[in-house]
Amino acid sequence: MPDQPVGPILEMRGITKGFFGVPVLQDVDIDVRPGEVHAILGENGAGKSTLMKILAGAHQPDAGTMVLDGQEVRFGHPIEAQNAGVSIIYQEFTLLRDRTVAQNIYLGREPHRGPFVDTAAMERATDELLRSLNVEAAIRPNRAVRSLSIAQQQTVEIAKALSFKSKVLVMDEPTAALSPREVAALFDLVRLLRERGVAILYISHRLREIFDIAQRVTVLKDGRRVGTLDVAATTSRDLVKMMVGRDLDHYFPPHAAPADVGEARLAVRGGGVSGLLHDIHIEVRRGEILGIGGLAGSGRTELAQALFGVRPFDQGEVEVDGKSVRVRSARQAVRRRMGFVTEDRKIEGLVLPLSVRNNSLLALRSLGSFLRRGSGGIPVAELLRTLELRGAGLEREVRFLSGGNQQKVVLAKWLACEAQILIFDEPTRGIDVGAKAGIHDLMRQLARNGAAILMISSELPELIGMSDRIIVLRNGTVAGELPAGSAESDIMFLATGEQDVAGAA
Amino acid sequence: MSGGVAPVAPAGPSAAFSEDSEGTLGGRLWRGLRGAGPIFIVLAVLLVLIVLKNPNFAKPTVFLGFFKAAAPLAILAAGQLFVIVAGEIDLSVGSLITVVVTSSALMIAGKAGMTLPVIGVVFVIGIVVGLVNGVVTTRLGVPSFIATLGMLLVLSGGIFYLTGGAPRGSLTPEFRMFGRGNIDHVPLIGQLPISVVILLVVGIVAWWLLHRTNFGQALIATGGNARATELAGIDVKFVRTMAFVLSAISGVIAGILLGGFAGVSAQVGQGFEFQAISAVVLGGAVLGGGRGSIPTTIAGALTLQALFTLLNLYGFPGPLREVVQGVIIIGAVAFASFRLRGAR
Amino acid sequence: MTAPQAVMPSGLGARLTSLRSSVAANNAAPIYLVLLVVFLVAWLVVSIAGGHFLTLDNLTSMLVRSVALGIVAAGQTVVILAGSLDLSVAYLISVSALVSSLIMNGDPNRMVPGVLAVLGIGVLVGLTNGVIVTKLRVNAFIATLGVGLILRGLLNAGFDNFAGKVAPQFEVFGYGSIGPLPVSVIVLAVAMLGVWFLLRSTRFGHHVYAVGGNEETARLSGVRSHRVIIGAHIVCSVTAVLTGLFLVARIRAGAPWIGPDGGYDLESIAAVVVGGTALAGGRGGVWGTLAGVLILAIIDNAFNALQFNSFVKDVVRGVIIVAAVAIYAQRERRAGR
Repeated sequence: MPDQPVGPILEMRGITKGFFGVPVLQDVDIDVRPGEVHAILGENGAGKSTLMKILAGAHQPDAGTMVLDGQEVRFGHPIEAQNAGVSIIYQEFTLLRDRTVAQNIYLGREPHRGPFVDTAAMERATDELLRSLNVEAAIRPNRAVRSLSIAQQQTVEIAKALSFKSKVLVMDEPTAALSPREVAALFDLVRLLRERGVAILYISHRLREIFDIAQRVTVLKDGRRVGTLDVAATTSRDLVKMMVGRDLDHYFPPHAAPADVGEARLAVRGGGVSGLLHDIHIEVRRGEILGIGGLAGSGRTELAQALFGVRPFDQGEVEVDGKSVRVRSARQAVRRRMGFVTEDRKIEGLVLPLSVRNNSLLALRSLGSFLRRGSGGIPVAELLRTLELRGAGLEREVRFLSGGNQQKVVLAKWLACEAQILIFDEPTRGIDVGAKAGIHDLMRQLARNGAAILMISSELPELIGMSDRIIVLRNGTVAGELPAGSAESDIMFLATGEQDVAGAA
Repeated sequence: MSGGVAPVAPAGPSAAFSEDSEGTLGGRLWRGLRGAGPIFIVLAVLLVLIVLKNPNFAKPTVFLGFFKAAAPLAILAAGQLFVIVAGEIDLSVGSLITVVVTSSALMIAGKAGMTLPVIGVVFVIGIVVGLVNGVVTTRLGVPSFIATLGMLLVLSGGIFYLTGGAPRGSLTPEFRMFGRGNIDHVPLIGQLPISVVILLVVGIVAWWLLHRTNFGQALIATGGNARATELAGIDVKFVRTMAFVLSAISGVIAGILLGGFAGVSAQVGQGFEFQAISAVVLGGAVLGGGRGSIPTTIAGALTLQALFTLLNLYGFPGPLREVVQGVIIIGAVAFASFRLRGAR
Repeated sequence: MTAPQAVMPSGLGARLTSLRSSVAANNAAPIYLVLLVVFLVAWLVVSIAGGHFLTLDNLTSMLVRSVALGIVAAGQTVVILAGSLDLSVAYLISVSALVSSLIMNGDPNRMVPGVLAVLGIGVLVGLTNGVIVTKLRVNAFIATLGVGLILRGLLNAGFDNFAGKVAPQFEVFGYGSIGPLPVSVIVLAVAMLGVWFLLRSTRFGHHVYAVGGNEETARLSGVRSHRVIIGAHIVCSVTAVLTGLFLVARIRAGAPWIGPDGGYDLESIAAVVVGGTALAGGRGGVWGTLAGVLILAIIDNAFNALQFNSFVKDVVRGVIIVAAVAIYAQRERRAGR
């Protein structure tokens, strides 16, 4: 029975991994037993995802061993891991939208007679899998994946994992995009799998879920294991402490003095985007950094996109420098001297095959006359030197730069066109510690020079260390506002709506 | 930078690092050659081989005659580059050339006074064709392959309508002058073909547009990453539409030159779209966008033309030239994709 | 999902939803509506103009007209579904027609060698296309354009007129009929059914969709994407060879212009995308392509019956191709929201 201690089915010992000399995981041990849900808790950048990718065969560890079912294993390819009984369900699903449920589940290993796919057998097997998950009524094997909801697609991913006779199932933030009702359904499924003896590694940073579903929890921080606890014997207070208790090794520039903060440069009243955001009231003032916190799926990125006209508000009013404006496209936003440092640099921030210079001048040129070559006398080299962009010539293609340097090029793009209202979405994600401090300093300096900055961050220390005020989002609206230097638990309380966590303060 | 936001020291003595300091002319040239070198080397080798076989080729008149013959393709390729660099493709230019030639012949019908007005009319036709290509692609979301294929069909329908199979009307000497005429008594070289002058002008304007204006940079960025470019405030749809217009204008110019050089027929533009795309690809541009340069594209077109000339000289039967052309295009792209992969 | 029965319709309701969604996923459904409309309009217009449209003769002639394009379009569907495309088919059609007619040279005994030889050439050309696309990583457009140029050069270097002669018995392929059904139409049906079966019921077919839908996902699932793309190119080339054989059976002798004059390269791609197959791959199917081919044939036929200047035909054809793809693009955009 699940609660009885049995030997672990999977043990990972001394797992160490670095990328380009930056350590991401150091000597991490973790094990999971059959019929157990073992939660892995940690902030962004704590190393959860890397650990799981190593387990699933997508990365190779630099050091450490993995023992599955008493045998030492090494997975060179995700297929090897799956065949050995280890499956992972990523946040981004890997389903083919135009194929049916059955075709997706059995892709690459279709039941066949000779060269012919035995569709009947495949759909029968799929139906059995779906039946075993009690979802056979809602999800039919011959339905196209594109017609399924997100939650249903996730169920298909789970069914696919089960079809490999998985002994270990990894779920990476499975509830991020689900409604409360769908979360409840997912948990029913997870309990079902547990009863069947599947070992589940459950990655989340929602504390409540861990108490709902997990038996043990391991907390990771900065690539190291802080500890492993029985959930029954712990409180959320302990977990929060383990997660956030840290050495203050990171320096943040001083907050804005009250005198530095001026009038509102950007204001939203009653803003909403149907289905995503509602009743948003926000003001960002000259000289301040307004932090936006909240869990994944709370509407953080959607807010940034609405402000910047990518997916514009369809309700409410927006004012820039006291004037009511409509921002219906990114182009209009840039023309109102707004800048957007997006979360995904490579997809939304940079044109990878272009040079550092041309990326830096991209926004400025969009403002300039078509037939001029505007750098408007902007000394790009100077600008980049101020940003301390080292080791990269102006003509170098940005695809060859490190993450930190790429982020500086993104910043240079908005500095060059003198953006006055800057939106940062996870400004230091995937950037090493040294470069982080540089970017933080720069943000503060921008604010001091009169810019209004809105910073979205899921890293609590950054949110607290950088923000002059913090607004926390929950379920697509503002859950509350906190002053500079608030406790992490206060933010967690607003983000989750959990009393228990608030008690930890 | 005014006293605005950016924590940047005011430009001044440090202007040595500013935009204008891309390096000396020599440095820039070297970078350009290193970046796209192979095609110039190939072109030079081909030209040398031609001269070895036929020393006459080195004479200014003959040599310039080569450029005269190559001018329409080179101009067309320069136009096509705008579209390809933005991540699209234009299949309609070959039939546009035929439309230009046949409709000009029909409208002019030998009347000298009509030459200029008719040239104006064909430019308008070209601009409309480019706008439609662009709007259908960007606003209706039709892949440009299909959108311009549809335009190809519509235009070839138009050609049938105009000619009924056999072209009617005729061009005036004034019109044909652009493609076949020469400027006489030029010092040193004797005759200078007008089409070579036009090629030079078009080349410089195209180079300026693509490499020296905000528009050109926006276009290259669009092909490299349309999403990021849009988020930087650039009207990606407009930029792409303009690329189609430029491609169509290059088709009109190429058509006017071909009308003079080759005369009026209902097949005059056939296959030119593929030749132009081949030249662009030979010049190092990548289908899918984000990379490309005008000088190397024109070099690509000249290389193609030199290849034809050479094969001709060595007595290759005309059709076998196409075999060589096919092999070379595939080889060039394979080489480029190998190099791009290697460059990490 | 908590209690699936409570959230989701059960029993009949679920089956209905499932039926509806599988029809919706089948992109071919709306195109048959368009086919019907085009058919009715053509019928109406031709009848008003005093022509004959709905006669057995005319319908047969329309079908026969569709055979050549239909066979090669079936193969083109496979490469496009795999995320590639083939511009070399027009010249391969000519090669097939010429080589088979040369080998046969009127001798019935050399029918089989002739057909086998061109099928072999087809496999070779497809293999070449596929290898250039996958191993040399040359964009499919350029790769097949280049191979097409090579074939064209070889054709024009060797031939400038009709050459060889098919065996008289071979003409059955082009002109014969079994009962009321022309052999050629049966061949088209067999080709369509064959490709349909290939796509629907073989592992290869399933992998074609997967590779075209998302090559990375397919590879992570253990699908050997290069083999699949090469295989798709071979299938397409073989259908081009079949079209060449059909055409030579009708013309009775091969000639280098047979393929390019029919515009089979761009026309086959147009038929595929009009039929709702995404040019980027992964979505669509051969029945949509059949509808695309028939629509193009009806337009042809109606304009011929009306004795309209053929320019209108080309224009209408161009507009229909673009409009069809525009409609798919809009649907896709709405579905993406």
